[in-house]
Amino acid sequence: MAVIASVVSIGRPALSARIARAVLVLAALAVLGWLLVLPLLAIFTEAFHQGYAFYLDAIKQPDTIAAVRLTLTVAAIAVPLNLVFGLAAAWSMTHFEFRGKALLGALIDLPFSISPVIAGMMLILVYGKDGWLGSWLEAHGLQVIFAVPGLVLATVLVTLPFVARELIPLMQAQGSEQEEAALTLGANGWQIFFRVTLPRVRWALLYGVLLCNARAMGEFGAVYVVSGHLRGITNTLPLQVEQLYQENFSAAFAAASLLALLTVVTLGIKRVVEWRHGDALNVHH
Amino acid sequence: MTAMARHVLPGFRLSTGYTLLVLGSCVLLPLAALLWTACELGPSGWWAQIGTRRVLASLKLSFGAALLAATIDAVLGLLVAWVLVRYRFAFRRLCDALVDLPFALPTAVAGIALTALYAPNGWLGSRLAPLGIEVAYTRLGVLLAMVFVGLPFVVRTLQPVLESMESDLEEAAYTLGASSSQRFFRVLLPLLLPTLLTGYALALARAIGEYGSVIFIAGNRLFRTEIAPYLIVQKIDSQYDYRGAAALGAVMLAASLLLLVVMALLQRWTRRWAVVR
Repeated sequence: MAVIASVVSIGRPALSARIARAVLVLAALAVLGWLLVLPLLAIFTEAFHQGYAFYLDAIKQPDTIAAVRLTLTVAAIAVPLNLVFGLAAAWSMTHFEFRGKALLGALIDLPFSISPVIAGMMLILVYGKDGWLGSWLEAHGLQVIFAVPGLVLATVLVTLPFVARELIPLMQAQGSEQEEAALTLGANGWQIFFRVTLPRVRWALLYGVLLCNARAMGEFGAVYVVSGHLRGITNTLPLQVEQLYQENFSAAFAAASLLALLTVVTLGIKRVVEWRHGDALNVHH
Repeated sequence: MTAMARHVLPGFRLSTGYTLLVLGSCVLLPLAALLWTACELGPSGWWAQIGTRRVLASLKLSFGAALLAATIDAVLGLLVAWVLVRYRFAFRRLCDALVDLPFALPTAVAGIALTALYAPNGWLGSRLAPLGIEVAYTRLGVLLAMVFVGLPFVVRTLQPVLESMESDLEEAAYTLGASSSQRFFRVLLPLLLPTLLTGYALALARAIGEYGSVIFIAGNRLFRTEIAPYLIVQKIDSQYDYRGAAALGAVMLAASLLLLVVMALLQRWTRRWAVVR
């Protein structure tokens, strides 16, 4: 970059280059402003359109509170499951050589390529009433689809790669030498994991969990399909937003503003982690 | 490496076993069920589900709009990535952070926000209406929502490559008297092409499968603005037609998997190019 700048300055004083630069920067700002900032502003403007009191009332509706609670519950189950999955997958993928490893890596990434709607449908085909495991689940009194377990499954499925994807390249780059050294010094597996591996990947882990959590709380398509959207029972916050949108515009945006706030906070923390601990994350950030 | 040396560290069975358990129950088993249900229909049964006017119209819209949206994303994304990497200006870091917004904003929230903006009485919609441009509840709205969700894929794919790209080639072209447009089209763009295509494919994959951001602004008008994922949900939700949904889902999934293969090939191409260079 510096070299480019110097080349330009060695050449002509380059008024044309400065104009080109200004035009490009303004064009990029226009794109970002139009495509990203306007929708974000629209959420909060619409949410407070009928005043602060209305906003608070809308958020305090029992159905919306129930939806918030359900969203937090589902995330509280799904995110730790994916955290453990990410750690296990990364441990397996980076410390061992085995047949089918490349395939396993591709499978871990696969959920990002599946449409959320299709993900939800696939789960119904297995866990629904007429699904492969439907009669077995029913015989054991377990309801998955149209109930919390289904919401958790759908959320786990769509957020599965988040943690693993952060950890695998990092642990690959770090190699196994330190873990092996710990082993020769007499540490057992759990000691190696908690004292050697985990401290070295903690920022990447936090990063992955952060993104996983944002997606888990905001997931719509997959959860929509498996929830049956029963108000106050299986409505997560995004589903509640959709239902409110049909009835009460401002109340929908009030509920949506909570999710938008979560997004802004998530992106803020993400940035801080990237600035402060960019080296500990990976080369690719 | 001998078999012994490969498994020096403990925990192979536990970690691989847990990975396979979660993958199996959440991904592989459901995937198998989808393929099974779709295959059970047979070719004629499958076509009976897919070949209706309504489904074909939705597929055409989903793929057509997604292709166009990814193309727009490629152009806009290249511009944004270029400016973020090469220039220093006020609020650059804020702009950089903002690019992730479509990744992190819940799709339903993005969907209603875009609709509110572009609805006939919305802030932008009311200004576009006198010009005869309708966005909300038209195919243009579908396109817009897809452009929104796809943009960060192109920017985030290009950024690291632009950052690591040495400027010696551009300098060489400059000293040889290439104009700035020649430097861009003859030197930079060919170098960036594999990466740009990867970003394009990612944006395309996301746009094809996108549901939440699109359905609100699309308005879901029969034959006109129904996207394929919307039809899948309709079949499941109101008709309990799991076979029809699976038939359509299999088509969409096949397209996604094809894109995955293309992306893998692209990445190989990029790597080979890097070695040659």
